[in-house]
Amino acid sequence: MTGKAVGGASGADSGPPRERAWPKLISRPTVPMPDPSRPRLEQRIASASEWTIGMLEPFDQALAAHARRLGLETYPIQYEVITADQMLDLCSTVGMPVHYAHWSFGKHLLGQERDYRTGRSGLAYEIVINTDPALVYLMETNTTALQVLVMAHAGYGHNAFFRNNYLFRQFTQADAILDYLQFARGFIQDCEERFGSREVEKVLDCCHALAPYGVDRYRRPARLSARRERERLNERVRFDQQHYNPDYEHLHMKDGAAKPAADVTPGFEPQENLLYFIEKGAPRLAPWQRELVRIVRKVAQYFYPQRLTKVANEGAATFWHYTLLHELYDAGQVDDGFMMEWLANHSDVVYQAPFDARHYNGINPYALGFAMFRDIRRICERPTDEDRQWFPRLAGSSWTEAIHFAMANFKDESLIEQYLSPKVIRELRLFLLRDAEDDRSHYGVQAIHNERGYMEVRQALAAQYRLETHTPTIVVGRQNEESDRALLLQHRVENGRLLDSESVDAVLRHVKELWTYDVVLEELDGDGNRLKIHRT
Amino acid sequence: MSNSKPPIVGTRIVDRRSDPPGRGAVNRERFIRRFKDDIKRAADDEFSKRSIKDMGRGGRVTIPGRGLAEPFLRHDHKTGSRDFVLPGNREYIPGDNIDRPKGGGQGDGGDQAGEGEGRDSFAFVLSRDEFLALFFDDLELPNLERTRFGNVTLERSRRAGYSRDGVPGNLSPAMTVRMSIARRIALRGALQRRIEELEAQLALTDSPVVRAEIAAEIERLQARRASLPYFEDIDRRYRARAPMPSPATRAVMVCMMDVSGSMDERKKDLAKRFFALLYMFLERKYGLVEIVFIRHTETAEEVDEQTFFHDPLSGGTLVKPALELAKHVIETRYGGPDWNIYGAQASDGDCTESDGRASAAFLDSELLPLVRYFAYVDIPGQGGWFNRPSDLWGAYDSIDSTAFARRKVHGRGDIWPVFRELFGKNKEAA
Repeated sequence: MTGKAVGGASGADSGPPRERAWPKLISRPTVPMPDPSRPRLEQRIASASEWTIGMLEPFDQALAAHARRLGLETYPIQYEVITADQMLDLCSTVGMPVHYAHWSFGKHLLGQERDYRTGRSGLAYEIVINTDPALVYLMETNTTALQVLVMAHAGYGHNAFFRNNYLFRQFTQADAILDYLQFARGFIQDCEERFGSREVEKVLDCCHALAPYGVDRYRRPARLSARRERERLNERVRFDQQHYNPDYEHLHMKDGAAKPAADVTPGFEPQENLLYFIEKGAPRLAPWQRELVRIVRKVAQYFYPQRLTKVANEGAATFWHYTLLHELYDAGQVDDGFMMEWLANHSDVVYQAPFDARHYNGINPYALGFAMFRDIRRICERPTDEDRQWFPRLAGSSWTEAIHFAMANFKDESLIEQYLSPKVIRELRLFLLRDAEDDRSHYGVQAIHNERGYMEVRQALAAQYRLETHTPTIVVGRQNEESDRALLLQHRVENGRLLDSESVDAVLRHVKELWTYDVVLEELDGDGNRLKIHRT
Repeated sequence: MSNSKPPIVGTRIVDRRSDPPGRGAVNRERFIRRFKDDIKRAADDEFSKRSIKDMGRGGRVTIPGRGLAEPFLRHDHKTGSRDFVLPGNREYIPGDNIDRPKGGGQGDGGDQAGEGEGRDSFAFVLSRDEFLALFFDDLELPNLERTRFGNVTLERSRRAGYSRDGVPGNLSPAMTVRMSIARRIALRGALQRRIEELEAQLALTDSPVVRAEIAAEIERLQARRASLPYFEDIDRRYRARAPMPSPATRAVMVCMMDVSGSMDERKKDLAKRFFALLYMFLERKYGLVEIVFIRHTETAEEVDEQTFFHDPLSGGTLVKPALELAKHVIETRYGGPDWNIYGAQASDGDCTESDGRASAAFLDSELLPLVRYFAYVDIPGQGGWFNRPSDLWGAYDSIDSTAFARRKVHGRGDIWPVFRELFGKNKEAA
């Protein structure tokens, strides 16, 4: 959650008089009011804006009680109070408290520090790490209200999402990641000492360029275990030492002149995990280099679910902090000032700039996710006729169950496909544009927030969050083991969108560094016709 | 608290604020090392723009963006067609056409151009230490020889094994216990052997008197063996520390500057910059460097730093007295092999022919043998005289020594490169 102050968008309805068919807004967002029947405490937990460590615990207990009543299942939580500098450090290593050293992390650190010190951007309020127990970082400069907001958002919202979402359950092991990273850092340090940091950096650079292609998208990865990794590594080194043959090494250096005839792979299946393929199959990598490839691959795999669940994850966390803090208020545990304070932050976070604003920076996942989750609750509690028609099962059911179900079983793409309601489309004024091949000077408006458009907008928005929309699909097509050992990569072109040649050149250079022999990337359309070919 | 339920098991609050900063520094250093050349160039530019006072501060530098990007595969937006959803529609209905924004790229929720900065350059802030480390990175005082273990160096005490005596605070329990165990094993073995001998004797003797004697002896030894003291004084071991002289190299820098009438403000300013830089360099790199400031007109005097740089003075010019004074100072205060001596002279080069000749001869024969290195910075006047060597420069032509170097400085921007050239790491002997 980054804190950015942005102006509100008003006057959306009071446009110029128009004759064109412009959909009317049917409903306005409702402001939840305190439940008058709930008994309210006279005693607040705390009301000062300066927080103390001792204050955090009663707040956490109160949040925990409400969370449990509403059925939130979480990992145990470890709150860590840190300074702004430590927050900067953490941000630079994608939030992980342990990570190997790399210049790119330093680059992010310097960039962030500059933005922070010059006031160009705020710092992240919170970082939460998908571990067991979940690590939640609280920055010391936050006020009490903000601290509690972060606790609810990260400690209960994100935490519950990590714990229950099917992607996280399938692809990450919360209890093993820190151990593994510790192992990885130690191993890489070791390599730097033995082979020089320049060499290590070169391999890591190459792997980082391919990190988006270092994941198994469908298969459940093997469990992470630092201990097993160490054993496996020792085994690999031992094997290498025992089977070392200087003659063979010598032959091997001569561009595969001593290639055995049985090298040809019959019936090669296209592979989507490039880094895995390189780790196992690159002809000339040293064992430690393969290990580096493996580390980057494992880390990429760990972050893979997060790439797929930005909207769902942030939406759920925002929904839960919003809900839990209102619960605190309803129970009389916090006062009005507290509410006003965090609501100000909250509304900044869920603000969606219109597309034509200068500060527009894409669809805000907090805004979209929050709107959707809140709408799920509304549909359950106060369904309209429209909702009954669109969500017959949801209308009138238990909202906690519906929310938990939505958190557990969807990624961004499917969540939007299932739950984006006409009301949210209207509220955000979503509309669908097409950038068509035959008209590069205009975007054509395809659908807007009206009866005919809802379904189209919803499907297009869902497609927008498909991984393939942002990350071109690349598979390993073949390796020519019998001839020049070239590696053939294939891009599955969708809607005629080819790859940017500049980025292809840069990435292929890196692939070649790992593969040593030539690398070819061909772009194929749906029928397998080659549209373009890139070579190193 | 209205809720009587216990908190979720395992919630913990840890205060990490006092933890030492860690990983950030490592990654930062990695970044700086990787782009050192670019960063250094940027820092040099920055440096030439600054005043002396500010030179030691950290600052913002901008380096070119090439090589900085971490490449990833992306779509070419000029190909194919794509559908995308935007928020905040205020007027459009299906069938409308919107002009494509100039610059393109924007509008797709997934593609971001970066972190809001041009791809051409990357700006960031370096700390003071990082800044200075870059400046002085490939500079080294020439011929800095580790002459001797200087007597003003720190005496560091170092671990030197264990000793039998010492102060109680240095007692090493582990070593003491170990000695105690060793002693008891040794004694027990010796006693056991003696007992076994006696037992053998006992088996061979028949005389009841002797038997009783031997039995008594065995009993005595067994008792002794059973009651070996756990600790004795001789077990005690103390951590021993021995003072070790750690090598340090002492150096003295003799700065000479012409402050005569012909040195106008601009020239003085340039000289000041040269010395200031030198001073910063020495201060940072070598802890034990003394600096002597000698200014001269027709006479020479030793002054403090403040006076040297800031006190106005005018008069004629004689170089030789300054060199003589330098020699005098060196001989009286910095004699002996403990000192590495460096000379630095700044002047506009105006001097009489005879003074020039005498100075050059004096420098060559008297001063240069004493010093490790002597740098002369010539600051010629402005206006068409650039190519004509100054008098002193001409006079110094006669000096041919590896310990002598000279450069011309025309403007502020020259100072840094000249300094660099003079004190560059792998400087070829001129």
